[in-house]
Amino acid sequence: MTALQIVLWVAVPYAAIAVFIVGHIWRYRYDKFGWTTRSSQTYENRLLRWGSPMFHIGILMVIAGHVVGLLIPREWLYAIGITEGIYHLGATGLGSFAAALTLAGLAILVYRRRTVGPVFLATTVMDKVMYVFLAVTLGFGTLATVFYQLLGPGFHYRETISPWIRSILIFQPDVALMAEVPLLFQLHVLSAFALFALWPFTRLVHVFSAPVGYLFRPYIVYRSRDAVRGARKPRRGWDPVQQPNPQRLHGL
Amino acid sequence: MRVMAQMSMIMNLDKCIGCHTCSVTCKQAWTNRSGVEYVWFNNVETRPGVGYPRGYEDQDKWGGGWVRTKRGRIKLRSGGRLAKLARIFSNPNLPGIHDYYEPWTYDYDMLINAPRTAQTPVARPKSLLTGEDMKISWSANWDDDLGGSLETMQQDPILAKMSEEVKAEFEKAFMFYLPRICEHCLNPSCVASCPSGAMYKRAEDGIVLVDQDQCRGWRMCVSGCPYKKVYFNHRTGKAEKCTFCYPRIEVGLPTVCSETCVGRLRYLGIVLYDADRVAEAASVEDDTALLQAQRDIILDPNDPAVIEAARAGDIPEDWIEAAQRSPIWKLMQYEVALPLHPEYRTMPMVWYIPPLSPVVDVVTGSGNDGEDARTLFAAIDKLRIPIGYLAELFTAGDVAPVDAALRRLAAMRSYMRGINLDDERDERIANAVGMSGAEIEEMYRLLAIAKYEERYVIPSAHTEQAHALEEMACSLDFEGGPGMGGAGPFGSSSGQSVPVAVENFHMLQNRQTADRPSSPGRVNLLNWDGNGTPDGLFPPSTMGDVRPTGKRKDDKDKG
Ligand code: HEM
Ligand code: SF4
Ligand code: SF4
Repeated sequence: MTALQIVLWVAVPYAAIAVFIVGHIWRYRYDKFGWTTRSSQTYENRLLRWGSPMFHIGILMVIAGHVVGLLIPREWLYAIGITEGIYHLGATGLGSFAAALTLAGLAILVYRRRTVGPVFLATTVMDKVMYVFLAVTLGFGTLATVFYQLLGPGFHYRETISPWIRSILIFQPDVALMAEVPLLFQLHVLSAFALFALWPFTRLVHVFSAPVGYLFRPYIVYRSRDAVRGARKPRRGWDPVQQPNPQRLHGL
Repeated sequence: MRVMAQMSMIMNLDKCIGCHTCSVTCKQAWTNRSGVEYVWFNNVETRPGVGYPRGYEDQDKWGGGWVRTKRGRIKLRSGGRLAKLARIFSNPNLPGIHDYYEPWTYDYDMLINAPRTAQTPVARPKSLLTGEDMKISWSANWDDDLGGSLETMQQDPILAKMSEEVKAEFEKAFMFYLPRICEHCLNPSCVASCPSGAMYKRAEDGIVLVDQDQCRGWRMCVSGCPYKKVYFNHRTGKAEKCTFCYPRIEVGLPTVCSETCVGRLRYLGIVLYDADRVAEAASVEDDTALLQAQRDIILDPNDPAVIEAARAGDIPEDWIEAAQRSPIWKLMQYEVALPLHPEYRTMPMVWYIPPLSPVVDVVTGSGNDGEDARTLFAAIDKLRIPIGYLAELFTAGDVAPVDAALRRLAAMRSYMRGINLDDERDERIANAVGMSGAEIEEMYRLLAIAKYEERYVIPSAHTEQAHALEEMACSLDFEGGPGMGGAGPFGSSSGQSVPVAVENFHMLQNRQTADRPSSPGRVNLLNWDGNGTPDGLFPPSTMGDVRPTGKRKDDKDKG
């Protein structure tokens, strides 16, 4: 276990996770107003109509795949009858499809960002940085899958990367698990953590506002004026004016 | 019965001269920022015409509002909750900015800074979206006064519903102006379409607002509103809409658009309605029955049972009294006011008194007496084209209520002429339209004399609630903080929110410099409000740079 390994497989992940969590809390408190998808559909819809759904459906499938592959121990899957063979088929098949969809969508979105005048002008520096890390992470992930899973003999990440990520999450990091992992997978993991560290400072925060609550609330929302106030707490010493309480006056 | 109060407006279309003062003052007050250059909370469109955004009334295309299902319930026309979420990554019904128009400015500085040439320099139009030269080919009001309308008229969705003969005839027939703001609907489909629940109807006064901190830019409200009165701020990525000028209404002042209307044609007041019966009224079967259904859920503020229920619903005493004095309630009672497009089933609460002037114009144009009751009544019966058009706008095509409203206006015209010329009160004219002379005189007072205090009956928000007013919760500790317009670290206007008053103050200051100028280092005169001397207004001074007003960028550097 070298120092470099400890930095890469303990320090970096924890730092990224810390930035991810604290960053989101900070961003939410500091910048509720900037917490939006910043949709650019009013500028252009011909490309977005294809690119955005392709990318999003793809990436949501990818995320679901990662949850199954990384967070759920394979013994549990065995227990419900999903054997190594079935898993491998499913993961590689569905995974490749999702990756293709995501990358194609991403390509359309990036092309659109660059070539459509108003969209390009509305692109912030953080958008650009985000797209770089997103593309790099997706790229390494896809390359690793193609070389090892599709063309190669198949790499058993569920014996190495998956237990390692779980060991991180339960605060008992097991560095040795990552030592022998092929470089492409290692780069994929590292760029992903870099993306996580950037996450709270980009438009990707919109992922945490996915409007599931819409399915369960009544259509028409009423709010009282009183409840609306206080998007922001007044500073101490700036308490709002209150009506004097006549009861107390009489008590004097 | 659950009684709720609703702040509403009625506009008397006969008085609208199409001067656009309301639009301009509203824009100055609310949408003079980048990101909403193309947005007019208040717009005045010429009818027949395509409107703004282009052809917004064609719900087959835009999917706004509600429709009635076979089972007798209502559902959002563009699909319910699941359908909305399925289409969230790209909203198929969202108007593009070109359906409104591409906003632009001019490179004015070319007029004074161009090098000496044989030709006179011109200020070319520059797109505010791309900064490039552009050809201006559409705007919020391109067919104003029927300008160029021979080309665009066929796109008017209302005309499209009417017969060929009507289309051919319309130009000779009539024209009028239709000022439009958000309808602050009782059954708002924008609110129902918002996935994050950021849009809401205020329980106290029914004003429909967008919570800017909760809006996540899913842009479903924009397509959900059939009147296209929610707009997407393309810089901040959030929805914005007419606020009914709530900071003014809360302290008893009329909205900016009403206050500045030169024709004094807008009426403001509250009405009481039965919130429990809104859904039922919005789902009646016949489109043409919607007007009556909506009239039915609006409650008589003088009815003891209603007063009782209003008190039980925590409506303050002076609000009940204001509802009794409300010009809105009175005009609805006279049945001269009609809602705009009731068939969208949102129960709109900005109503219109249809214009009699197209009829009067025809009568006087043919050499007849435009103030004679019988001539006017006959003309109303005969002039099917304008009446049919008005009916498509205000009553889902049913001509009877429009007829009735116009007859009452005509009756008022000739009854009052009788008083003025012959000093005679001809009750027969009044009775012919089911009113008494006294009622007609009252209506005349409200419509023609239109005193300020009678046009606007606005109960202010309550002193015991005063601490809750959004405007009072502010202190001035925001100076220099984020969120003051301009670009924050995460894009336009990111950062903490600030109360409207502070925001406006900074906006005014910022606007003079923050907009992308037509060429670098120059000020956009279109957005300059005449105050201060923002950077770039004058060439750099050679005399040192002490300026009495206007904050200069380099002030900061000097500490
Ligand atoms: C969970 C549900 C999600 C929803 C409902 C959602 C919704 C949206 C919406 C409405 C837009 C704006 C599109 C437009 O009109 O311009 C958007 C943009 C975007 N989303 Fe998502 N998103 C989700 C998840 C994700 C995830 C997981 C990622 C990536 C990790 C992602 C990455 C992006 C990116 C990069 C854009 C910018 C596209 C562009 O304009 O270039 N989203 N999303
Ligand atoms: S008119 Fe106003 S309240 Fe009605 S649906 Fe449109 S934005 Fe909402
Ligand atoms: S009520 Fe206020 S915000 Fe709405 S259109 Fe009128 S001036 Fe504009």
